Amino acid sequence: MTTTSRTLAVPTRRALLVGATVVGGALLVGCSIPDALSAGSKFKPGAFGPFLKLAADGTVTVVSKHIEFGQGNHAGLAAIVAEELDADWSKVVVEQAPANAKLYGTPMMFGMQGTGGSSAINSSWTLLRTAGAAARAMLVEAAAKSWGVPAAEITVANGVVSHPSGKQSGFGPLVAEAAKIAPPEAPKLKDPKTFTLVGTDRVRRKDSAVKSNGAARYTQDVALPEMLTAMVAHAPRFGATVKTFDDAAARKVPGVVAVHKIPTGVAVVAQSTWAAKQGRDALKVEWDETKAEKRSSSQILTAFKDLASGKTPAPEKNGWAAFDSKGDAAKAAGDAGALEITYDFPYLAHAAMEPMNCVAMVGKGPTRLVFGSQFPTLDQINTAKITTALPGSVEIETLFAGGSFGRRANFASDYVSECVHIAKKVGGGRPVKLVWTREDDMRAGYFRPMVHHTVRVTTDAEGYPATWRHRIVSQSIMKGSPAGTPKLDDSAIEGTKGSPYLKATPVVDAQLLIADTGVPVLWWRSVGATHTAYVMEHTIDQLARKAGKDPVAYRRAIYQKAGAARHLQVLDLAAEKAGWTKPAPAGWTRGVAVHESFGSVVAQVAEVQMVDGQPKVGRVVTAIDCGTAISPDQIAAQMEGGTCYGLSAAMFGEITLTDGKVDQGNFDTYRVLRSSEAPTVETYIVASANPPSGVGEPGTPVIGPAVANAILALTGKPTLSQPFVKT
Amino acid sequence: MATTVDVNGRPLAVTAGPDTPLLWVLRDELGLTGTKYGCGVAQCGACTVLVDGQAMRSCQLPLSAVGAAKITTIEGLGGTHPLQEAWVKLDVPQCGYCQSGQILSAVALLTQNAKPDDAAISAAMDGNICRCGAYQRIRAAIKDAAATPVATPAKV
Repeated sequence: MTTTSRTLAVPTRRALLVGATVVGGALLVGCSIPDALSAGSKFKPGAFGPFLKLAADGTVTVVSKHIEFGQGNHAGLAAIVAEELDADWSKVVVEQAPANAKLYGTPMMFGMQGTGGSSAINSSWTLLRTAGAAARAMLVEAAAKSWGVPAAEITVANGVVSHPSGKQSGFGPLVAEAAKIAPPEAPKLKDPKTFTLVGTDRVRRKDSAVKSNGAARYTQDVALPEMLTAMVAHAPRFGATVKTFDDAAARKVPGVVAVHKIPTGVAVVAQSTWAAKQGRDALKVEWDETKAEKRSSSQILTAFKDLASGKTPAPEKNGWAAFDSKGDAAKAAGDAGALEITYDFPYLAHAAMEPMNCVAMVGKGPTRLVFGSQFPTLDQINTAKITTALPGSVEIETLFAGGSFGRRANFASDYVSECVHIAKKVGGGRPVKLVWTREDDMRAGYFRPMVHHTVRVTTDAEGYPATWRHRIVSQSIMKGSPAGTPKLDDSAIEGTKGSPYLKATPVVDAQLLIADTGVPVLWWRSVGATHTAYVMEHTIDQLARKAGKDPVAYRRAIYQKAGAARHLQVLDLAAEKAGWTKPAPAGWTRGVAVHESFGSVVAQVAEVQMVDGQPKVGRVVTAIDCGTAISPDQIAAQMEGGTCYGLSAAMFGEITLTDGKVDQGNFDTYRVLRSSEAPTVETYIVASANPPSGVGEPGTPVIGPAVANAILALTGKPTLSQPFVKT
Repeated sequence: MATTVDVNGRPLAVTAGPDTPLLWVLRDELGLTGTKYGCGVAQCGACTVLVDGQAMRSCQLPLSAVGAAKITTIEGLGGTHPLQEAWVKLDVPQCGYCQSGQILSAVALLTQNAKPDDAAISAAMDGNICRCGAYQRIRAAIKDAAATPVATPAKV
């Protein structure tokens, strides 16, 4: 990763080893993490390595170590291999890798296999280029042998291997011979200037047809012989447990076959989804709420604000932790002329279209899971803890998932563990499909944390920041990691930490306080940037306004001072394409924002109008620097989708709790962006020779501040809390 | 007790109880899993099917209310409907989970209004949530399909 990328999971090596040894003490000694985590796996790759299969009919199968749940990574990963292989793109298909940390682990995730941090393409770039180039060399050598010509005289293009003598062949007839050749250790990679596929509009999704005709297979669609479906009655408050339950009525529902108490509630197991739901809804459960979180979200926010203001003293242990400080901190407290701004961000549900679900088979042969696994190694570890097996022996078939946005990468594998507990009770290897309703999904927690920022900035004679004091109060996402809560949880500060605005400010005093609650939290598409981008970008516009300067010119000056060349480039590109220096169309007001996340920098100019007191967003001009662009069309798709996801949250997203109970349950109370509210996004990609960086997340955090800045320009008023529209 | 439902032009016998939502009859009993569960309360549109050509939310349609109506699911469109071809041409799907419902809502729209403007598309499509935010391409694909001459034969 190039710059501010953050690993999705950063438990220490030691913590991970401990995690692995919980179920296999013998693994620890002299064993690397990937070796330990894959012990017990029976999976063996073929002759062309773990990432590529070549078939006699000419089909090129690229094996993806990453799940596809919308990001388009399967297209990009396949294109990287196809480019170096000089394959015929129309004969390339993508297959999902099984769970195996040794073969499919990612170094930035400490060798674990998983998808996150917008890292799929970046972490595969050299790996898959090498895989493609090696297989190409093997095919060339096989042809050379078979034709009796020097390998150096053979060329490959678009799936055809040729020799100047006129001999030529598709890949298919050469596969058997090529498979016998040892792969070259360091195959020569192409000069990117000679790419014919990567970076072109030919790199398109491979799954659009099956996702348009109903054939794409998701967890929800799994049907196996003898399969049972389970639903679970969960506690209404986080931290509560089952005290007693009465299942008499549930058992009378036709189709219900069993009721089981499990750690997270009471499970009803039935012959069909509808019977499981009827049965689950007929349960009477009494909960032990001794340890439950009973506060309302408004009380939690007040507690955060009081910590930020100092009204409540920080705890002596795990108190304020500085993440950026320079100059005289006392000065950063500012003077009477300082601009002091506070921002509040609510809990957010991911609300993927497919509610969380899993299929598990336990009790006969190896434990087997079939579902959309975002973090197979963690899911193996957590499953193995329940079934007392080697993590590597847990087989996972990963399917398409109907969205995730971070929800499915969970340190506790919450819904997976729940399914495994039920399947263990059912036993005999009988498949059990756990289905969550929308309400189960929305009330299960693992929200984007509630966050409070207080910013105090003084400016110099020119109106630029002279001192910057920043306080963030947030829960820790990493609390649930095997390593426990770090004092400086990067996921709560990234984006403020590393900001060019802080770099250009002479005196900085930026600190984080981790505040705990009983509400489980998790990463949510673009993670820390969901709030830090808003705070930094909206603050900058308020400062520019105070200084009487144009927001684009004000940013340019700071980026030049901070040496933020990539920020400058995307800002200039977006401003130019949006016609920033010309008047906006009648009735529309423009707002700009720029943010770097996951190694990529995105600038957006949004055109906004107020309709019935709520913002309507029209045209959004987006410029992105994401290094080498693999699939321009899918980068555009992610900018379109990421913008909608971020706008949905900024406009409407809010999970609230009343006395510890989540108030929202479905899309009638958790409002999300709909078709008529979606902007028209134009995407412009900066030409770059750097390795590819993130695309799935960087498009999400920029639209919120761009819209708030347009509202500021229109009304003169800042927007200091989200969502903009209270439902 | 067996009931017969007309799905994608075939009369099919089902044994689900009369209060069972059509969604679960299609998915669990008939194995037509292209129709998705998303919310269960007719808020998201993932379960949209055509009932005598009208877009309806199958999660809120009990089997007893279906009667002799002709049901069309995504499987019944055959994969070569102009809207499906436009969806593929523009790479509309991301996670893809909502797209069966999106396409069937769009089919109902084009049946009533061959050349819908933006307002008509909004009115017809606002009931179908896409959390990936593919709305812009969905709109473009509907316009693309609407521009396809009706006489164009389906791709073989």
